[in-house]
Amino acid sequence: MTGDRRFLQGNIACAEGALAAGCRFFAGYPITPATEIAEHLAQQLPLKEGVFIQMEDEIASIGAIIGASWTGAKVMTATSGPGLSLMQENIGYAIGTETPCVIVDVQRGGPSTGIPAVPSQSDMVQAARGSHGDYESIAFAPSSAQEMFDLTVRAFDTAERMRTPVLLMADAAVGHMREIVEMPVQLNPVERKLATIEDNGAPRFLDEQVAPMPIFGRGLKAHVTGSCHDEVGMRNVVDAEALDHYVRRLSGKIRNARAELVDVQAGDTEDAEILLVGWGLVGRAAQAIATQARLAGRRVGWIRPITVWPFADVELRDLCSDAKRVIVLENNLGQMLPYVQAAIGNLTEVEGLSPKILGTLHRPADVLERIAA
Amino acid sequence: MTTTQEARHPMAKYLRPGAEVTTFCPGCGDGMIAHSVLRALDDDGADLDDFAFVCGIGCAGWIPSPYINVDTLHTTHGRPLAFATGVKLAQPDTKVVVISGDGDLTAIGGNHLIHAARRDMDLTVICVNNRIYGMTGGQVAPTTPEGVKTATTPYGAEGRPFDLCRLVEAAGATYVARWTTAQPRFITRSVKRALAHKGFAFIEVMSQCPVHFGKLSGEGSGAHMHDIMRDNSVPLRRAAGLDPADLDGKWVVGELTHVAAVPSAAGG
Repeated sequence: MTGDRRFLQGNIACAEGALAAGCRFFAGYPITPATEIAEHLAQQLPLKEGVFIQMEDEIASIGAIIGASWTGAKVMTATSGPGLSLMQENIGYAIGTETPCVIVDVQRGGPSTGIPAVPSQSDMVQAARGSHGDYESIAFAPSSAQEMFDLTVRAFDTAERMRTPVLLMADAAVGHMREIVEMPVQLNPVERKLATIEDNGAPRFLDEQVAPMPIFGRGLKAHVTGSCHDEVGMRNVVDAEALDHYVRRLSGKIRNARAELVDVQAGDTEDAEILLVGWGLVGRAAQAIATQARLAGRRVGWIRPITVWPFADVELRDLCSDAKRVIVLENNLGQMLPYVQAAIGNLTEVEGLSPKILGTLHRPADVLERIAA
Repeated sequence: MTTTQEARHPMAKYLRPGAEVTTFCPGCGDGMIAHSVLRALDDDGADLDDFAFVCGIGCAGWIPSPYINVDTLHTTHGRPLAFATGVKLAQPDTKVVVISGDGDLTAIGGNHLIHAARRDMDLTVICVNNRIYGMTGGQVAPTTPEGVKTATTPYGAEGRPFDLCRLVEAAGATYVARWTTAQPRFITRSVKRALAHKGFAFIEVMSQCPVHFGKLSGEGSGAHMHDIMRDNSVPLRRAAGLDPADLDGKWVVGELTHVAAVPSAAGG
């Protein structure tokens, strides 16, 4: 569909973005509200010499994509909160082994089975801290069908460049809404750097500049383990110094790249007394409500972090330092609020606002009332 | 002038440089199984660059990782078959071999086992069954015989152990064999047949863990456990003529299932 302008469901736009980015392997398990992504790729991937497989559960789904990624394929899985919970152990494996992969979470209401087709932003912290151990995560939050396409492409490019999992934190509303999506004629997808026989001896892991990946089938005799390991992949499960090196290098790789990873959209911030901050579709609502407030004569601006993780703390400090109040809008009970408070709580007043009814978008009247308070 | 030549194990050429020192306990069966598998590759004149080895957590997972000098994916606990499925589907020309333990493949990983068998995924799976959790110090496994006192069943294990071969056969595996470490040449022969087989090939190898199972069950040293396995192995053909009660506490060994590969719809 590249070059097309189509009226698409968000989940289909995500699947099309994956294909445009070069995804050739998808493993998944049915779950509302993400299933359309799997269904579309089940139809499309075999036509592009790709592989689609429905696995026995989400644990197996992410296991299969990690295995496929080690053959050099661009890979993805898609799920919702309950599935993301099951995937957490192997997300840690992908981080520890530096395996590129894209994980789409079309969020729904929880905890537990919760409510399948009602949007929520209640996996936002799980995306960064859901797996055990010290690590850094990368996640983007789309706010439209267009961004379901664009940010899926970006998630692939980022995963390949950084050799790490990248999460796309959508929700049931963005996944199921239908909008016009413009797909570029030409994409230049990022291709991962690969280790070669000639550079044998060079680091294959734990390079903060991202080590070339020793994929399988090329005579490299790669040793890939989720245990603590060194630059050539050899396990060390004895020395604390080895753990220190392992954790610092893995995290350093992401931290060093934060400037290129973190993307924030904002408007009307220059003279704003009040700033609305929101992710994903809620961020889009924040923009609309700020515009309404402006029309009513209030100096209100909006900020929509497109990158959820790494957290946009530097950017928020720059944008919010002159504001009197910052209102954090989230479709949850305040998951990102503590991170905003930690970033700018010493500069300005920070408060959270959930929608009156969780699982719905904030009503403009409720936000305008808070602005007036 | 005399020269001395350093003695090298005939399979040492397959070991990963820098990983020659074993971490297996004295008397462990893992070294014998590693030898039997490498012997099969050696007999076949295999190029290890055509292979990927995948393993999970537990002592048996350490047979390929890091010892065998081949592309190796040492996965999370219980998940090697899910990862192996991804490797195989994305790179079908690679021969994918899974070596892992009974706890990894059949307790935490049991769901992946039956589904890989159901799909008849073209994998060679070697399940090292020592009837206990060795690495964590001798806890009950789904393969532990009833009554055995383990670290977590101090009053005796309850419930019947899995018959792994019947389990995977029922799930759809098309090559199924069982051996013990007392039949190393048969393990080698089965590995060769499993590698030649197109479909899900499962080889259960009963193995001794003297440090935990031997101590807890009273079976004793590795050598003694090895003798017990030798003396209680019943070849398939002989077992067919015996009353099931006579097979209690014994291992029926041999190729239990070998279904010719069904050509895929694509003609592959």
